[in-house]
Order: sequence, then structure tokens, then C-alpha cells
Amino acid sequence: MDTAATRPNTAIAITGSGGSGAVTTGLILLAAVARAGLYGLLTRSAGPQIRGGESAAMVRFGGRPVECMGDRFDILVGLDWNNVERFVDELPLDSGSLILCDDQGAPVPEVLARSGAEVRRLSLKEIADQTADGRLNMAALGSLGALVGLPLDALEAGARATIGKKGGAVLESSLACIRAAYQAGLEDPVSQGSAALSDGKGRWNISGNEAAGLGALRGGIRFVAAYPITPASEMLEWLAPRLKLVGGSLLQAEDELASVNMIIGSSFGGVPSLTATSGPGLSLMMEGLGLAVASETPVVVANVQRGGPSTGIPTKSEQSDLNIALYGFHGDAPHLVLAALSIADCVFTFQWAVNLAEHLQATAIVLSDQSLGQSRGIVDPPALFPGELGRLIQTDPAEDYRRYALTENGISPMSLPGTPGAMYTADGLEHSPKGTPSSQARDHEAQMTKRLRKLTDFDYGPYWSEVRGNGPTCLLTWGSAAGAVFEAAERLRAGGRPTRAIALRLIAPLRRAELVEVLAGAETVLVVEQNQSGQLFHYLHGEQALPQSARSLARPGPLPLRPGEIVQAVCEVS
Amino acid sequence: MAAVLEAVASPALRAKDYKTEVSPVWCPGCGDFAVLSAVTKALAYLKLPKEDVAVISGIGCSSRLPAYIDAYGFHGVHGRALAVASGLKAARPDLTVLVAGGDGDGFSIGGNHFLHACRRNMDLTYIVMDNEVYGMTKGQASPTTQPNWERSKLTPQGTGIRRFQPPAIALAAGASFIARGFSGDPSGLTKLLVDAIQHPGFAFVHVLSPCQTFRPEQKEWKHLVHECQLGPTDNPAQAAQLIQSDDGMALGILYAQRLKVWQPANHATVTPASFDQEFQI
Repeated sequence: MDTAATRPNTAIAITGSGGSGAVTTGLILLAAVARAGLYGLLTRSAGPQIRGGESAAMVRFGGRPVECMGDRFDILVGLDWNNVERFVDELPLDSGSLILCDDQGAPVPEVLARSGAEVRRLSLKEIADQTADGRLNMAALGSLGALVGLPLDALEAGARATIGKKGGAVLESSLACIRAAYQAGLEDPVSQGSAALSDGKGRWNISGNEAAGLGALRGGIRFVAAYPITPASEMLEWLAPRLKLVGGSLLQAEDELASVNMIIGSSFGGVPSLTATSGPGLSLMMEGLGLAVASETPVVVANVQRGGPSTGIPTKSEQSDLNIALYGFHGDAPHLVLAALSIADCVFTFQWAVNLAEHLQATAIVLSDQSLGQSRGIVDPPALFPGELGRLIQTDPAEDYRRYALTENGISPMSLPGTPGAMYTADGLEHSPKGTPSSQARDHEAQMTKRLRKLTDFDYGPYWSEVRGNGPTCLLTWGSAAGAVFEAAERLRAGGRPTRAIALRLIAPLRRAELVEVLAGAETVLVVEQNQSGQLFHYLHGEQALPQSARSLARPGPLPLRPGEIVQAVCEVS
Repeated sequence: MAAVLEAVASPALRAKDYKTEVSPVWCPGCGDFAVLSAVTKALAYLKLPKEDVAVISGIGCSSRLPAYIDAYGFHGVHGRALAVASGLKAARPDLTVLVAGGDGDGFSIGGNHFLHACRRNMDLTYIVMDNEVYGMTKGQASPTTQPNWERSKLTPQGTGIRRFQPPAIALAAGASFIARGFSGDPSGLTKLLVDAIQHPGFAFVHVLSPCQTFRPEQKEWKHLVHECQLGPTDNPAQAAQLIQSDDGMALGILYAQRLKVWQPANHATVTPASFDQEFQI
């Protein structure tokens, strides 16, 4: 019989109405699989309610790193069935799936039952009621743990790590429920045995928003100004107390117009600065970002994307802000656009983005999204950018200091307030090398060329993309879609079709020559992304980086791209 | 520290030492020339090393000020000067940060930042040169323009909208220092600016600065201004009464109060690497 350790992976969804504890259950399960020596990924889905709405936690775990949600769920745990129809599209089940629910609860809704999944009704409420303050979700967790073969001590450790702060009584009653249900569940398990491959020590349990914050601090960010917005707020909430500890600060601004201009001010003062937002906030910031580009003031913007346009779907994911990140500026405004490829990669990409922005005195827009930001992974310790690219500072008084001097590589020494003899006025007006406003053609051309050259001529090293595998079939993607693309490529290879997968981390300036080289020999190229219009596809075509035969797999969120649909699309185009 | 030593070693700076060689874009007779002079006189009086001063502005005639002052400066986008200045001051509390702009920049497009800068009470000096018109875009009504002013092609029947009341709004929003000056009273204005810069907290200096080109009738202001008879006060209720009963032409400090200044500490106790352990299983 297979076990959690020997199966490639197991996918579980837990749903319930507000207060049922679906997300808490998922978080404990994730912490438990980590302590059973497994990797895992938790994504969450919530309705629009401020508090108390229905929610779902999806956990996929296994003995190898889990980089995306799969095509289906093995087990659906229904803590109750209120409003579950709102999640049906997000919960693909089939005749091999199992639905776990309480034997005293309402019948399984038809929309789920018609999947053909086996329904197993357990005495969850009864077990919970036998414990003082026992809760049904903890009983469900105990039953689930026994069913999938997780060790009881891993479940208990997971509970301690997740809800230990709530106090002894809550923790003890939860542990009692988990134990009771686990013992009862052992009488009829689907799979048995200890899952432990290792003790999981050394691995991390981290969310994308936390990883982005950590990467930002590791890169040197010491000032953040921002306005609250879903799904970026957790990044800010993680950063606020920690910035203080590292000698920085976070200022909650009155709006996004203020946020971006505040970080321009602080960066002008010499402090590496960042703001975090989501699509609507990025729209508001665009004018300010143009100022950062024109004045060559380094800033980093984290855009944790959500469904758009307009207010869109604030709580769910989509990769539809690439166009605004690339083209949202008025005028020609060379800047950096980066995309984090996974939860763990948020550390690297943000750290690298801060280094690049500082070194190149550039604006960096870093794209994450709800599916990375609000998801948690059990991951190997994240990689760090090995370099340290500082800002080129003018430290001495200069007889004829020119802030925007036309240097070989386009990077001019920046003087900071407090430095005598190197005063200048930064300006959004076009300017001469000295910084004096100028509307002359030669100054415009010289400064435009300088601002472009400093970005295009820089050696970004191997970090512009992550490439896996080789073969005439080529999957090309960016950002969070990388997880599903990597798994699809693996399946294609396993099915006898050599496949290479390329995920772009640095999207602008495009490393066109390198990309063309990586694409050499490709017979089938499929560009995969989670937006309606094929934003990356059209960008790459515009840059003449794709063969004419390249095809696009683009569809909007909020449903995650699934490896199976990518494999199917490859089969259809070739 | 280097900056301090430099200042001690240098002979005292005169007002003209704080001016750059860039020629102002302003029209002859513009009130902003006198404001520029008053700012440089205040900086000289306070003996502030040039490199420790930053002048931040947005867009408009008066927002050109930073280029004419020999200090650090930032000429940003329209309406966002207070935001740039707030970020700079949060990151660099050692600097003297002046913010300059006009009535359109500060009260229309930048109105929200004005409210929140008042209530945040960072140690900034905000100088608004109010000429009751958009000069740079050739004479449109601003938030402080009279509702029946009919000289703009954009609002030929007048705006029909009541005027924005800068000192009253600053008081309501929590500003801790509110003064009114007049470009035609340079020594009085210099003194107000000195007091404003020395005030710990957000100091708002509302400067009547006539536009000769689009509001020639403002030449009459020199006959209409008068010393504020009742102020200054540190009592917000009295200040409210003073400001509400004011004809908009009273010069002087209207309100000054010691309130808690918002300024982050910027003191490191750990390194970012120490946060890794939060995530380790």
C-alpha cells in the first residue's frame, strides 16, 4: 500500500464557512507534513468577506519539492458545506477522490457528489464533542492525518507550531481532538505507516509575502512607505516591525501617490527604499515611477498581483499586470521588470532587484502575485543573490560635480544630502548633465541614451531566467506560472518527450540574445501565462525573441494554471 | 559630522551664498522673487550649512524654487512635494527640509498630502506661495481663487465654488505651526520663515505672493495686508476663532503649538539574517 512518503504527492482541500477553521487546519497540516520530512505547498482561497466568510485551504505535499497545485485533489475535507458552491471550480475532484465529512452534517452537495468521488462520513462532531472545547476541524485533521499516513507526533508538532501561541487550553483541547480522531481513523486507513523520510530540519516554512520582505531586507531596503492593499498587506505587516529592528522604518502613507513619492524622497536621501502594492496601487504610482526614472532615484516596487482590471478580484491571483509594468509609463522610461518564480524565489528575486535598482539607480518593478504572496511552502532554504551591488556614491566635494554626467556605462556618481560641494537639484524635467532643467535636443538625447544604456549594457549574469531540461519542445513562462510549467515539462519528459522549460526572472530589459540562444533548436514553443491577452507572448514577439511558430497558452485567473492543461496544450499545438 | 566641521571652518554664509546662478523663470514683478530672497536670508540667519538643507517642490511657478537655492533639492511631480519631503525627512532626520510650492500644487492636486502632512507633524517647513491662480498653465482658477473670478477661459463664468481656506484647514488637520506672510513684506516674511524652520514639527507658512501677469489686481494686496492683531496663540480654539474671523490678509504667526513630532528612530539592533530562524522548521 502506498503511503504519503511513497506517493509522488497528495493533494488535499479543506473547506468551510467562516469560523470553521479551514485555513488553520490547512496551516497545521502544512506544518505537520514538514515535520514528517515532506515538502508541501498551501494555497488559500477566500471569498470577499472581511471576516467570517467561507474559505478553502489547499495543501499538496510529497517527498519532493512541491512547486504548484496539481490537476485534482485526492481528498476534500468538508468541515461544512455552506457556500461551498463558490469554490467548486477550484476543487477538481474525480472518481479517484475521497470526500471526508461529518456524519451528522448536511449531505454532500450535488455539485461535489457528481464528481463520482467516494464519500466517507466520519463521526467528527461526536469525537469533538467528547473533548472539552473540542472542535470539529481538529477532529477532521486527526482523521485526515491517520488516513494519509502522517505520524501523530508530526501532527501534534504541527499544531504546537501553528496554534501554540493561542494558549494552553486551546492547544490542549485541539491536541486531544487530533489524537482521538487519529486513533479512531487508524481503524480504517487508506494508507498506513510512517511517512518520515527525514525530520525536515533545515527546511523553511515561509509565505511568498514573507519571502519578499526578507529578500528586500537582505538586499538592503531600510525604508518602506506604502498604503494597505490586498494581497500585498502581509508583506508590509511582516516588514513593519522588522524594519525597525534593522534600523529602518515603515511609513503608512495616505495613498499610493504618497507612497511612491515618499520612497523617492528617502532614496534621494541615500536609504534603499521600497513600496509594496497591487494592481490598482501600481496604476496610481505610475507618474511617480516616471519621476524616479527621470531623476535616476533608485526605487523598488513590489506588485503582488491580483485579478484585474479595476478592483477585479482582490483575493485571488492573476498575472495580468505585466503590461502596465512594462508599458505603464508615459514617455520612454527604461526600467527593470522582474518576476519571482516561486515562494522561495521571492527571497532571491527581491534581494537581487534591490541590488540592481541601487547599482543602476533604476526603478525596479517586481511582480509577485496572490498565489505566491498568500501561499506557504515547505521549501529548502532559499537561495541568496551572491553579489553585493552598491550605489555609486559621490563622497567628496567636486569642483564641477555633475549629477548626471555622461559616463561610459551610463551610471553617474550620486551625491547624498549632507555632502558638501556636491549639491544638486533632482528633477523630473529633462536636464543637462549638471542637473539643470533643459529642453534642448542634445541634452534630451544624451540623457535618454544614458538612462537606457545603463540598463541594457549591464551584465546581469545567469540570473535572468531559470532553465530546466532540454529538448525540441520548449515551454516559456514568467513568474508564478513557473511551478506548473516545470511540472508539466517533467511530465512531458517522463512521457518520452524531451522538453525544456524556461522561466523569465528578468523581463525588462529583455536578455534577448541569451533567450534566443536558449530557444535555439526549439521546434515547439509554447508561452504560458495566467492572463487573457498573452502579455508576455506579445512582448517577446515585439522584441523579436520568438520563432514565428511560437504559440500562446494564456488564460485569466483566478484558477491556477494546472500542469495537466499545459501538457494538453503542448499536445494540441504539435 | 563632516558637514558640521565644514560649517565651523567656513566663514559665515550670506544670503546670496545660498543662491545658485540659475536665472528664475518668473515674470518681472512676481512675488516669488521676494520669497526666494527671504528663504536665503532665513537660511543665512540660521547659519545652516548648505549641504544640510534640502528644498523639495512639485510643479508650478513657485515650485521652481529649489533650482535657485544652492542646497540639495528635488523638483518632483505636480502635487507630491510633501510626500517626497516626508520620505526624505523620515530617512534623514539630520537634514533641514523645506517644502515649497503654490496654491494649485498644494491645495488642489496635492490636497490630500497637505491634510496628512499636517496631522503627521513631521519636522518640515511648508511654504505655499499663494497667488490664487495657475500661472504656469496660463491663468486658470485655483482652489483659492474667488468664485466669481471670470478671467479664465476655462471657467468664464467663474468657478462658483467657495475658496479653499488654507490656515483653517491646516488647523483642523492638526498642523502645529500656522503663519501667514506677504512677499511685499520681506523682512517680516524672513522672520516668519526663521520661526517656522526652528519650530519642531510641521510648520505651514501661507505666503501671499502676487501674480503680476494673471492677477494684476493683486498689486492692491500691499494696501490690504495688516499685522495679525490677536495671535499668536497655542490654543486651537482661539486659533480657530482668529482664523475664521480673519479677512485672509492678517500677517504673522496665527498658531504655534508643541505637538508630538513623527520621526522614526532608525536604530539597528539586529541584522536581516537573524530573521531566517523564524522560518526554519
